[in-house]
Amino acid sequence: MSETNYLDGNAAAGSLSELFAVDLTAAVARCNGCGHTAVFAESRLYVDAPGMVARCPGCESVLLRVVKTPNDTYLDLRGLTYLRVPSS
Amino acid sequence: MERTAIRRRLTWQVATVTDVRRETGTARTIVLEVPDWPGHLAGQHLDVRLTADDGYRASRSYSIASAWSDSQGSTIELTVEQVPDGEVSPYLVDVLKVGDPLEIRGPVGGWFVWKPEQDGPVQLIGGGSGVVPLRAMLRAHAHTGSTTPFRLLYSVRRPESVIYVSDLKELASSDDVDVRLVYTREAPAGEPRVGRIDADVISKYAFTPQDGATTYVCGPTPFVETVADLLVAAGHDPARVRTERFGPTGGPR
Ligand SMILES: Cc1cc2nc3c(=O)[nH]c(=O)nc-3n(C[C@H](O)[C@H](O)[C@H](O)COP(=O)(O)OP(=O)(O)OC[C@H]3O[C@@H](n4cnc5c(N)ncnc54)[C@H](O)[C@@H]3O)c2cc1C
Ligand SMILES: [Zn+2]
Repeated sequence: MSETNYLDGNAAAGSLSELFAVDLTAAVARCNGCGHTAVFAESRLYVDAPGMVARCPGCESVLLRVVKTPNDTYLDLRGLTYLRVPSS
Repeated sequence: MERTAIRRRLTWQVATVTDVRRETGTARTIVLEVPDWPGHLAGQHLDVRLTADDGYRASRSYSIASAWSDSQGSTIELTVEQVPDGEVSPYLVDVLKVGDPLEIRGPVGGWFVWKPEQDGPVQLIGGGSGVVPLRAMLRAHAHTGSTTPFRLLYSVRRPESVIYVSDLKELASSDDVDVRLVYTREAPAGEPRVGRIDADVISKYAFTPQDGATTYVCGPTPFVETVADLLVAAGHDPARVRTERFGPTGGPR
């Protein structure tokens, strides 16, 4: 992980839109590691890892991972206490 | 814009290139016709996917450069700055031509967007190709006849690297829009300052924390980091600073 090779949660919007009908990048995410609570778009996104990894801007722990295999998509959400999606 | 609210899962679809415009020596605007385009918000992006003959695939995100209204229907614009030795951008800039198909997935992203009904003035700060989604916001501002004060601070390497030159001139003639260019390598005659955006530039040209502006910062990741830090150090509320990082490259600035 070099200094500035990351993107932000915005860049995950396309991949997440294949899985969810609501936009999760504008949802508020709470980090299970340190409690940092912010819009998912403000997380750090690494796309050079196998798959896509979003990390907490507060403590760098993994919030979300999306990994594709030829037949399936794995969605690992263990780093999130919650995602708060505005009802509309 | 209501149609963007329709909830659906997205997948890849094929658009057709209907025009290619030269913006600078290394940047092109690509006009696409997308069947059943649902409309988009200014600031949203889409993903582009290229597939090689052997099946190898690469996808990258590109901001939508145009604003959307019913009259635009299914026409959208992207602007791509060529990154030397890049996998995707040299193809989009040098090879793609009118009539070609292009696989896309979008529009996506609900955070880095400006809606005309939103409260408060708007500060836009872009570096290099980071100006692309900001241009969509300026276009939306013009289309909707909004009187919300807009300011654009645009950091470029040199005069020849300015994307949307004539467009920016036209937008800057509006009473509600202020456009400032910052040259990092070489300035045109009559512009004494050469250097990156710093605390001084922010305090001179950006809205102050008291103005209650929403600030949109976009460009290469190091540019966005620096500018966001400068804004917070100047007293801006981090919750009112929205960022979009294009990655280590994002083109020259
Ligand atoms: C949400 C979002 C929106 C975006 N919108 C736009 C847009 O509107 N317009 C646009 O042009 N781009 C945009 N980008 C950037 C775009 O997605 C690509 O990253 C860019 O086009 C480069 O892709 P590539 O495949 O050509 O290069 P890659 O093959 O991905 O990268 C080339 C690699 O070479 C190195 N490299 C090459 N050249 C340079 C350089 N000049 N400086 C530093 N390192 C270099 C880097 O390590 C880099 O990883 C956006 C990105 C995101 C996340
Ligand atoms: Zn954390």
